[in-house]
Amino acid sequence: MPDIRVVNLTKKYGTVYALNNVSLTIHDQEYFSLLGPSGCGKTTLLRLIAGLIDPDEGEIYIGDKRVDKYPPEDRDIGFVFQTFALFPHMTAWSNVIYGPKVKNYDAKQAETIGHEVLELVKLDERLNAYPGELSGGMMQRIAVARALAAGAKTLLLDEPLGQLDAKVRNEIRYEIRRMAKDLKLTAIHVTHDQAEAMSISDRIAVMKKGKIVQIGSPQELYMHPNSLFVAHFIGESNFLEGYVTKTKGKFSEIELREGLKIQALNSRSIKQDERVVLAIRPETCEMKKGQIAAKNGLVGKVEKTTFEGTIVRYEIRLNNGDRFVINRPSLTEDWFDIGEGVTITYPLEKAHLFQYPEAGLSEEISV
Amino acid sequence: MSVLSKKFTLERSGTLLTKLSNTLNGLSSKKPLKYTLYLSAIIIFFAIILVPPIIGILTKAGSLQNVFDSPSLMNTALSAIAASFIIGLIVAALDLLAGVPLAWFITRGKSRWLTVLDTLADLPFVVPTAALGYSLLLFWSSSGGISDLFGHPFVSPGWLLVMLLHFTFSFPVVVRVIVGAMLDYKMEYERASRTLGAPPLTASRTVTFPIIKPSLIAAYTLAFARSLSETGATFIVAAGLFLNGPVFIQTVSNQFKDGSISQGTYEGATVFASIILIIVSLAIFVLIRIVGQRMKLPFGHGLSHFEKKLSYKKSAWTRNGVAVAVFLVIVLVPSLFVSLPAFQAIATGTTLLDAFTGSGIWASYWQSLALSYTLAAVVTVLGIALGLPMAILISRKTFGKFLSSILDTLINVPIIVPSIALGVSLKFFWSNLPGIPEFLLLVFAHLAITYPYFVRSMSAAMERINIDMEEAAKTLGAKPFTVFKTIVLPITKYSILSGAIIVFTRSVSETGATLAVTSKLQTAPVLIVNWVNSVRGTMSPISGVTALNVGLACGLLILFSFIILLVLRLLTKKGKYLE
Repeated sequence: MPDIRVVNLTKKYGTVYALNNVSLTIHDQEYFSLLGPSGCGKTTLLRLIAGLIDPDEGEIYIGDKRVDKYPPEDRDIGFVFQTFALFPHMTAWSNVIYGPKVKNYDAKQAETIGHEVLELVKLDERLNAYPGELSGGMMQRIAVARALAAGAKTLLLDEPLGQLDAKVRNEIRYEIRRMAKDLKLTAIHVTHDQAEAMSISDRIAVMKKGKIVQIGSPQELYMHPNSLFVAHFIGESNFLEGYVTKTKGKFSEIELREGLKIQALNSRSIKQDERVVLAIRPETCEMKKGQIAAKNGLVGKVEKTTFEGTIVRYEIRLNNGDRFVINRPSLTEDWFDIGEGVTITYPLEKAHLFQYPEAGLSEEISV
Repeated sequence: MSVLSKKFTLERSGTLLTKLSNTLNGLSSKKPLKYTLYLSAIIIFFAIILVPPIIGILTKAGSLQNVFDSPSLMNTALSAIAASFIIGLIVAALDLLAGVPLAWFITRGKSRWLTVLDTLADLPFVVPTAALGYSLLLFWSSSGGISDLFGHPFVSPGWLLVMLLHFTFSFPVVVRVIVGAMLDYKMEYERASRTLGAPPLTASRTVTFPIIKPSLIAAYTLAFARSLSETGATFIVAAGLFLNGPVFIQTVSNQFKDGSISQGTYEGATVFASIILIIVSLAIFVLIRIVGQRMKLPFGHGLSHFEKKLSYKKSAWTRNGVAVAVFLVIVLVPSLFVSLPAFQAIATGTTLLDAFTGSGIWASYWQSLALSYTLAAVVTVLGIALGLPMAILISRKTFGKFLSSILDTLINVPIIVPSIALGVSLKFFWSNLPGIPEFLLLVFAHLAITYPYFVRSMSAAMERINIDMEEAAKTLGAKPFTVFKTIVLPITKYSILSGAIIVFTRSVSETGATLAVTSKLQTAPVLIVNWVNSVRGTMSPISGVTALNVGLACGLLILFSFIILLVLRLLTKKGKYLE
């Protein structure tokens, strides 16, 4: 049974489409992420599902019920706000049992639920403190506990980790997923952080300018991006511009800048003479010292190195003038020096060929 | 070489203004000078605004014996004062009851007409209280008003009309305060409550109202204080049939002027009523603060079921409809009703011609109008000059948290003293200084009454400024005066102007204290009170004053004040980004 379904959902602010005719199905007990740059409509979509804003067009279903005319309190959802929105005039404990109380559970029951969810979020101290006195991490746990205590089977999270510092963020994100799974909840998690979405989601919808660009598991999005935007937004990609000159079976010959010719898998059957962009992930490439004329090898010189801890990032200027980035583990022996000649090779099937976007490459991948 | 790495010398232009600003900057960096400025702001506050009214009363404490000797006078005074408090407490509660739904509708509704409603809610501000009193009297109880529909006065002058009047003039204050609070309130709290299963009304009761409670208390307090201290309009609608504290003082004062009571009795009665009003109202204020902070809205079991039924479309429509209807019927229309004869005057022509040529009684009208606006302008300028340093002191806690909270409490005192009592005691105090011009007395009285409003709104605005912005300016090399000029002033401009509007309109409409301190000068409200009394026969008639004249006089005063308010408002409209 599909748990959350939106059909042809549209929300306009003036003439600007915050959400443009979006349809989407999120499965029961799935941990689903809405991912995209700011202004892409992901928060609008979440708030529409929660009933915090009303759609201009379209339908929203939670379970079998069509809920788009329901007020938020009747949609049976839990919502975790980016700013937490903990009630400043109530203690942490009163915040947690607020849901059961307004739903008219008796006091004993509310208390039992309160203790259960607090155990779940691993918090049993400072419950009499007011939100202003709590650390960010604690406020976050209280916010999640409060949403869970309301007893809903749907958990909506709006950038729930955005206010936390990096270390705490990495710990808490797995905990939230674990809780959602333990309680068999359907969770929708809004974030602009692709690493966060990749690490916790069953599936991700990548959004851009009020539309969904691609939906898939983290692996699918990473391995098979359907667009330059996704290739750029999920992980990292090098983009090489060129033209299709010859096609033989599944492979085509691409002519890059300065007449440089390479082979590429043409899975979208792009026709001859069409302008194309080849997307190659840095981590699929190998880099060797020396400028060796290998078949399908890209030769160039190291222009810049950046030590980033676990990896070293090399910026290469290819001989045809294109820029190329390679990441290598920093603990390997063979470091490259600036100015050193290198040869880059990559597996053909892992490079993705796309039609050159109408609006231009930089516009397509702009966030 | 890039522009940034160049070491460029600034050209100091030699205009007078830049020189002045450089001098001020130099001076403002000097700590002792800064403290001298703040210190003098505090001293002026004590010397002119806080202490004189209190000392003024205390110097006449000896005359209290006259009251103790006359039990009937004392009983009259006590029951009048009791009436003041009862009416004030009830009216303030009614104001909240009607004002909160209207403020809610204004801030939460989606129609663009709501801005019009928002502006209309301010309109009773511009009506001088004396004119307001007369307007209500005409509307509710005279022929020609709504009483025509019934063939007899719909609401007779007396306590009910006084309550209607107090409701009317304190209503805009409540709406203004609550609208401000609602705009500052983070909707996220209420949304959170809704997602946790609370229907709208439950969310308001359990989350929104508790969070904006300080503003609710402030609104109640302000409405209560206004009701307690208003004199001019109350005197008109009470019509000798009803006494509250200020009306009692006014009556005694009139009797003294008639020569029907001795100076000792007059002073004794005034001091007696003032002292009790001040002490009891201070006690009530403290009580409101304490009880208000403790007071919690019930978190009753099962209440949300009931609230759920009341929350949605139909009942929301009803609620909004009733709120708007109450505002229109009880506040707006009665306030403006007085200007109706103005149209009649325009139609007849001769009265209008008389008025504009300033013939007969109109000469004194224009004089009083000129005096009122001059006075208001002087008071507004002085109020800003004296109030700004105090607002900075309070909001920035320059002299520590403790002192700033003491000052914060003390600046409220002039609001709660009944305006006529304030006027009387100021007169007592300053009459010790022979030869002080009456105009200066008026300035002091109006300053005392308006100062708290300005400082309150200004310090609140200053507290909302993110201190980071000022610090950013400092790190960029701005000296204190430049920080004030380029950061604080532009950001708080709106608040300064809206503070100025309150000061100006309060000054133009002030009646009670003005009546008390003046003997020769006549401001517009004083003149209107006299004319009204003449028309109604409660005072010896002034020749040439007719009901038509009074209507036109009020109408013109409202019109001019409204135009000034509109201009000020248009000035403040610029700079939307501030909101």
